[in-house]
Amino acid sequence: MLSSVPQTDTITIKYNRKKNIFYSDKVVPYIFVLPFIISFLTFYLYSIISTIMMSFQTISGLNDVEFVGLKNYMNLNNPHFFNALTVSAKYTFFTLLVLIPLPMLLAVVLNSKMTIGRNFFRSTLFIPALTSVIVAGIFFRYSFGEQETTLANAIIKSFGIGPIVWLQSKSTAIFILVVLATWRWLGVNIVYFLSGLQGISSELYESAEIDGANTIDKFFKITIPCLKPVIIYVVTISVYAGFAMFAESFAYWRSTPPGDIGLTLVGYIYQEGFNNNDLGFASAIGITLLAIVFVLNLIQLTLFGFFKKESD
Amino acid sequence: MKRTLCVIMAAVLFFSIALTGCGSAPKQPANQAQSSNSAQQETQQKKEELKKTTQFSFWTFQALHQQFIDDAVASWNKTNENKPIAIKTDVYPYDEMHNKLLIALQSGTGAPDIVDIEISKYSNYLKGKNPALVPLNKIVEPELDKMIKARFDNYAKDGKYYGIDYHVGAAVMYYNKEILDKAGVNADDIKTWSDYVAAGKKVAAAAGVPMTTIEVTDQWTFHPMISQQGSDYLDKDGNPILDNEINIKTLQFLKDMIYTDKIAIPTPGGHHHTEEYYAFMNKGGAASVLMPIWYMGRFVQYMPDLKGKIIVRPLPKWKDDGFRSAGMGGTGTSITVQCKNVDLAMEFLNFAKLSKEGAKKTWTVLGFDPIRWDVWEDPEMKADNKYTDYFGKGIFDMLMQIKDEINSINVGEKFPAAAAAVKKDVMFKALKEQSLTPEQSLKATAEELRKK
Repeated sequence: MLSSVPQTDTITIKYNRKKNIFYSDKVVPYIFVLPFIISFLTFYLYSIISTIMMSFQTISGLNDVEFVGLKNYMNLNNPHFFNALTVSAKYTFFTLLVLIPLPMLLAVVLNSKMTIGRNFFRSTLFIPALTSVIVAGIFFRYSFGEQETTLANAIIKSFGIGPIVWLQSKSTAIFILVVLATWRWLGVNIVYFLSGLQGISSELYESAEIDGANTIDKFFKITIPCLKPVIIYVVTISVYAGFAMFAESFAYWRSTPPGDIGLTLVGYIYQEGFNNNDLGFASAIGITLLAIVFVLNLIQLTLFGFFKKESD
Repeated sequence: MKRTLCVIMAAVLFFSIALTGCGSAPKQPANQAQSSNSAQQETQQKKEELKKTTQFSFWTFQALHQQFIDDAVASWNKTNENKPIAIKTDVYPYDEMHNKLLIALQSGTGAPDIVDIEISKYSNYLKGKNPALVPLNKIVEPELDKMIKARFDNYAKDGKYYGIDYHVGAAVMYYNKEILDKAGVNADDIKTWSDYVAAGKKVAAAAGVPMTTIEVTDQWTFHPMISQQGSDYLDKDGNPILDNEINIKTLQFLKDMIYTDKIAIPTPGGHHHTEEYYAFMNKGGAASVLMPIWYMGRFVQYMPDLKGKIIVRPLPKWKDDGFRSAGMGGTGTSITVQCKNVDLAMEFLNFAKLSKEGAKKTWTVLGFDPIRWDVWEDPEMKADNKYTDYFGKGIFDMLMQIKDEINSINVGEKFPAAAAAVKKDVMFKALKEQSLTPEQSLKATAEELRKK
């Protein structure tokens, strides 16, 4: 009898140890975040490190790699890079200018219980986000064709303006890119702002009404301050998305816009890396782009006071 | 209560649909069982045949080329019953295919056995010490004396031929005879470029349409015109000569045609492969267009209203003893080093593209001018097809006249970059945007190419 007692004890201990791994507060969190860590290490960290290394090399083929120091970065000093930078910056600026106030206003309208058919409009405005930019881009590409009969030229003709060659001029290029971006991303930003609006307590508005505030006062004094976290988020992702834009430009001009009129930084990476088979130089552009977006986002977040402590 | 009913109904519906496919097969009568036995034997045989059949994969960016290869595989299997092959073709968009191939070759896995590579991308794949393509000298060299050799030099490096083209791509002038007649111009009287400009003025005055359209976002107007004069983007050693005197003069000539003589306009849509241009030209928008002979297919396919109105003539000359054509464009079919049966693939390519029969097929199936000139006078080439229906007969008689008036082009390592720069910068800035003069535009791009 006595001898059997320790035996059962060891079994329970072993069992408990096994159980302990899955019930341990220290180990389990790591197991749960493991899938993310693995995908982060393989698809992000590894790629970034490998890109940084490639940006110092000339790559001519499999196992045919030569270290060239800063040459790729020196080559960035060329008009195409600065054209691409200008286009990306202009595009980001104009998308911010349109895609923050417009969806915010629409979200306020759609959030109001007085609006008729608001669920219908919410879903129709969101649908473009579900389509492929390339597919929609083909539609836009033909709408902005240069014949008199294309959609865009037919519309401006009714205002008495002559047909415009949309796809071959610097000023119209940014315009048509922003039109496509607005059509596509408006719905997504509305959803962000709607979720923000629904978090604002109705008591605030009620007490403001009692104090005699009108609609405009309420919008600027209550709605916008309460939406600040959402605005910060939307601006951050818009800056990133603006600089990372590629598909819209590709839809209009494929990979080589004439005279760089719609060439973005990512488009330039594509051109150099794949069209010209210069992956080293393309990596250098990529790392520079990463640095630009990083710095811009830091500046913007600091200006918004994102890094200040809650208590300040 | 109602809800439970709904759930039950839905479940019944679901299972009745899901189980329809599960019905047991009806038992077969004895004789049918026998026939199914022989059918089994047949499939067994087929499987064995399939084992013997060598499978190849083929990538291209041009759906027409797939038709050509399928046709060649069918005739190969008829004449070579002991070594049948099967080719699985994937047609990708132009950029996508070239990029996919580049990555597959660089990473050493995933490339097809046989692949079509376009000429202005080709030298990207010959970079480095060991190109990932197989030299084809074994099949090319025995036939080279019957070929337009310039078309093989485009895909060669260090004396090794890596690709086989589909066509010569002789640049020609397509005239709209209806418009010329209206202006009282005879296309055969246009011998030089100054004749051409003079005729253009007549056309502009009488018919009220431009003589021609000039590509401002592509190279098919500029490149043939400089190639006619023996100039190019690069010299024999691959150094940029884009800003030499001939090129500057030629670009100035193009600009003058548009803005001084007013006989030409920038192509609607930028180049001759846009929907805008097809619609414009189809309505009789311009009296002529300079494009290679492979552009015939675009007329047939996209400009049906011009059937019977278009005549094909050699290009005007620059000097009395000047050349009347240029070899433009091209696609080299190559075998990658990842191919599992290189010898058989080579034999097939020899059969499909280098042989006499293959050369004839490039005309009958594709409407291209074959790289093998000894078939140009063959009676089979005179037979009617959709191209003779559209353009009339005698296309090859005209080609025979100009066969020795084609300069080769220099395809060095910088050719992809040079061609891309001409397409997107040089032409656009000098002719459309006019932000730079022709000289400045060419100089700026040439400098940039030298730095690379």
